[in-house]
Amino acid sequence: MIPQIGDRLPLETTTPAESFSALLRSRGVEPRWDIVPGTDGIDPPSATTVIALRYAGGVAVAGDRRATAGNLIAHRRVEKVFPADDFSAVAISGVAGIAVELTRLFQTELEHYEKIEGRRLSLEGKANHLASMVRRQMPMAFQGLVVIPLFAGYDVEADEGRLYSFDVVGGRYEELDYTATGSGGRDARLYLRTVYRDDLTETEVVDIAVAALVAAAEEDTATGGPDLKRGIFPSVVVVDADGYRVIDEELVEASARAAMEVAP
Amino acid sequence: MTVPFYVPPEQLMKDRAEYARKGISRGKSIVAVEYDTGILILGENSSRTLHKISEIYDRIAFAGVGKYNEFEQLRIGGIRRADLTGYAYSRSDVTAKGIANAYAQALGHIFTHEVKPYEVELMVVEVGVDPDDNRIFKVTYDGTLYADRRFSVIGGQEESLIEALEESYEDDAPLESALAWAKAACSSVTDDGVVEGDWEAAIVDRTNGRRSFRRLDLDEIEAA
Repeated sequence: MIPQIGDRLPLETTTPAESFSALLRSRGVEPRWDIVPGTDGIDPPSATTVIALRYAGGVAVAGDRRATAGNLIAHRRVEKVFPADDFSAVAISGVAGIAVELTRLFQTELEHYEKIEGRRLSLEGKANHLASMVRRQMPMAFQGLVVIPLFAGYDVEADEGRLYSFDVVGGRYEELDYTATGSGGRDARLYLRTVYRDDLTETEVVDIAVAALVAAAEEDTATGGPDLKRGIFPSVVVVDADGYRVIDEELVEASARAAMEVAP
Repeated sequence: MTVPFYVPPEQLMKDRAEYARKGISRGKSIVAVEYDTGILILGENSSRTLHKISEIYDRIAFAGVGKYNEFEQLRIGGIRRADLTGYAYSRSDVTAKGIANAYAQALGHIFTHEVKPYEVELMVVEVGVDPDDNRIFKVTYDGTLYADRRFSVIGGQEESLIEALEESYEDDAPLESALAWAKAACSSVTDDGVVEGDWEAAIVDRTNGRRSFRRLDLDEIEAA
């Protein structure tokens, strides 16, 4: 028998070693948001528009910086785009508090797997895992607390960028060109439809991503446009063959200023 | 009624220790050497897939000698503990000291309570923000915990390896020197040298960013 010395060193073989969330579940400490049926009227901050696009070298992921609670601006500098691991990015929309926690869990899960197994999960494996995490949130979605992520990364086996969108029941869809989610997602997609090409360079894809968010902010009050007074600009990252990389804020600012001059 | 056969506790512990030591001495040793920007861990390993050295957390690495299935189980326990702590609190709250302590507790418990002691010795190293914060811990089969500085050795040929490293080691040397010393020490304790390509080495280096662990490939190891 394997000894159990409190929780000092979790040596048990009853939970699968590579799954961090199974480990949390076995200890009853997985993140949960218990909601009593019939409780209405809680309105936690919600994160809005995020987009992801494929380009020649990989994928780009971008998000605005606003979180809203009802018709109020809850936060102006929210980060919605995160590294999932060295070769993938996750972007979130929906209830911010839940989405951020799920992202943290997803990051830990991927790293845990990598350390235990000595190799990274395949990109599709990561997307499937994220889908199952969204699916587990379904009871919450019925209470109005919806979280929808976007997932994009560089597939080192296929040598190309790939991106995935999700729906509220944990459906996972691979997209070949671009995708957007959140309250301004529809407007961002409308903009992207007019300018998207599949041979974009990195500079072009950053310009287009920022312009799409500017377009979304024009139409959707919950999407924050570039804030020149406070110096708040969208976050843009790319994932290419060299991995995850945040685009410098000066470059994003230049794209944002250019996009605002010709904004529709 | 059968009367249980009496074994004096001294004898029992001695037998167990001897059993564990015999198992450990059959395998190859692993050495850790501090260098200017991190800590090198190196050992002889003919397998490319069954690793003895592994990443535990951002700045922390693990090495084990002895019975593979036993130190592999402990390795997984260490990663789990680190990830649980880091997730529940903060990444900076995961320390080599905490993990080494947990290993010492677990091995000490197994040594006295289980039918058979684990035939393993472990090393937990942590690269600090500056060299003074580097930590090298060693845990033996009976749960004894040692804190070493500059370099450390686990496994059967410990004494001769320490002697060899004692002679060559210098503070603030580059990685290439640390590699050369570690390789020379390991080669000096085998009768006919180490077969080319039978090295396993990894570093935790403070210039590597958040996850400081990196495996060295064979070209890098053999170039030094």
